[in-house]
Amino acid sequence: MNLTQRRGAPPPPASLNGTHLADAAGETDVDAAIRLADVSKVYGRGPGAVLAVDRLSLSVRSGEFACLIGASGCGKSTLLNMVASLDSPTSGLVETRGQRVSIMFQEPALFPWLTARKNVELAMRARDVPKQQRRQRADELLATVHLSEFGGKRPHELSGGMRQRVALARALALDSDILLMDEPFGALDAMTRDLLHDELERICAERSLTVLFVTHNVREAARLGDRVVVLSSRPGRVIEEYPVPRSGPRRIDSVQVAELASEITDRLREEMSRHGN
Amino acid sequence: MAISTKGQAQGAAGPGGSGGPGGQGGPSGPGGPGGRSAAIAGLDSLELAQQQGGSRSARIARKALRAAWPKLLAIAIVLVAWQLFYAINFHGDTASGLVQAPWPTLRDLGHQLEHGQLWQAIGDTARTAIMGYLLALVIGTVIGAVVSRIPPLRAAVGSIISGLQTMPSIAWFPFAIILFGSSVSAILFVMVLGAAPSIANGLITGVDYTPPLLLRAGRTMGLRGMTLYRYLILPASLPAYMAGMKQGWAFSWRSLMAGELLVNIIGQTSLGQLLNANQDTQDLSGAISIMIVILIIGIVVDAIFSKADLAVRRRRGLLDTAATA
Repeated sequence: MNLTQRRGAPPPPASLNGTHLADAAGETDVDAAIRLADVSKVYGRGPGAVLAVDRLSLSVRSGEFACLIGASGCGKSTLLNMVASLDSPTSGLVETRGQRVSIMFQEPALFPWLTARKNVELAMRARDVPKQQRRQRADELLATVHLSEFGGKRPHELSGGMRQRVALARALALDSDILLMDEPFGALDAMTRDLLHDELERICAERSLTVLFVTHNVREAARLGDRVVVLSSRPGRVIEEYPVPRSGPRRIDSVQVAELASEITDRLREEMSRHGN
Repeated sequence: MAISTKGQAQGAAGPGGSGGPGGQGGPSGPGGPGGRSAAIAGLDSLELAQQQGGSRSARIARKALRAAWPKLLAIAIVLVAWQLFYAINFHGDTASGLVQAPWPTLRDLGHQLEHGQLWQAIGDTARTAIMGYLLALVIGTVIGAVVSRIPPLRAAVGSIISGLQTMPSIAWFPFAIILFGSSVSAILFVMVLGAAPSIANGLITGVDYTPPLLLRAGRTMGLRGMTLYRYLILPASLPAYMAGMKQGWAFSWRSLMAGELLVNIIGQTSLGQLLNANQDTQDLSGAISIMIVILIIGIVVDAIFSKADLAVRRRRGLLDTAATA
């Protein structure tokens, strides 16, 4: 593994309990919520087979917000699918220690025939939550994403940002410990996205969720992550990690985020030009 | 490479930086939690405001008018054509009294509705129609549900279904009459053969085209097996299933009319049999009256199916709002 970065993290403020501190000692961490060890994924067989992920190792600590970034073809979605048990690795180990995993996609993937509230409730149905409780929980979760008044609306009556918030509420309804996000804000306008970044940060911290967040947007990664993991393309493997010491809220337009973003961008360009030759 | 991270930590931390995770201790104002939820609420209402406009009753009135005029125009065109045909006295049929003007014919229809066997015939036909259609619905749904779940069966039965759909249903009648005799069963048999494939096909198509993304979402939500089917696949296939049901109705109605004309059932008065009787007595006005009744039943049932279809699509936002507003 290519752990070049171990940049000076400041001493942990007491109240953070270390949960939000970037410490890149991922792969040996015993309290890793997500552990990928030497994971490879091959699609197809014979000469046409495609190696999507190559001996990738990555650990995400419990309560950590990890951002995965990489050019297209780095197997990001494959990776999330494997962590979510929607797909299995060809070789290697994917561990989530039996924790519940929920996933959010770029599309809200809401069920169009159900209202926002029913969409959230359905997530609890498979877990046999009693009907009365489902309704109450759904209302609470909609309030969390500021959509209390819109529980009776169907997805097509909501804006893109609102739909994505319903999807977030639905993901939270699973009461999972791990939240996987596959470019969840990629289709939103910048203003909505900024607001949702703040909201997501608040919600994840309140619930001490472990988050694996895939994005194309370097600034978004620098804005949100406790750690930014850069993947190579075709096949995907970890080429660089950037711990981001967290101490209070960040803004996407802050100098710090911009500087980190441009550093990551340079590294990504370097990786891309490698493919051009 | 290690440049600014330290600076960032110090810059953002400040005195309040040791507040709880998520930065409750962070600065308030536009970036704080309160300003944020207000900003979100404002953004939400701005985005939704574009989707409304015009008062509800005015919209409904406009819509009713727009829906009504093509139908009224169509009726007017038919009546004018009919009147012209009558006035031209083609082949001398008007002079011989065979062809009558629209108004006397419609009066005759009104008369038949008051006295004759017409209501009984409508009842008999409706009963057969409902029985045959429900039978087709059950059989088509069961076949569709089973076939869509078993891939090898799907390929084989899929071809049989498309084959059946290309077969004109009237060609089945000799077969049915030999098998069942001149009975309602023969008609029902042909109706089912006409309608069930469409219904099964609709359901299979719906299941096939369940968006993969929704399936992924459903699986991560823990929906498996029957619950996946019940809460995700079936509702997702509803629009295609309903399209199949509508097409199935059209096929079964045609089969029924053909059946009533071909299969002479003793002791039953159906619209087809009245039509046959009119043919035998050379009663053109009577025949036209029955045809009008058949047409109206067809149009009304079709309209019900279209309404249901439209309602489902509107609920799911599958309609172009500009086209239907």
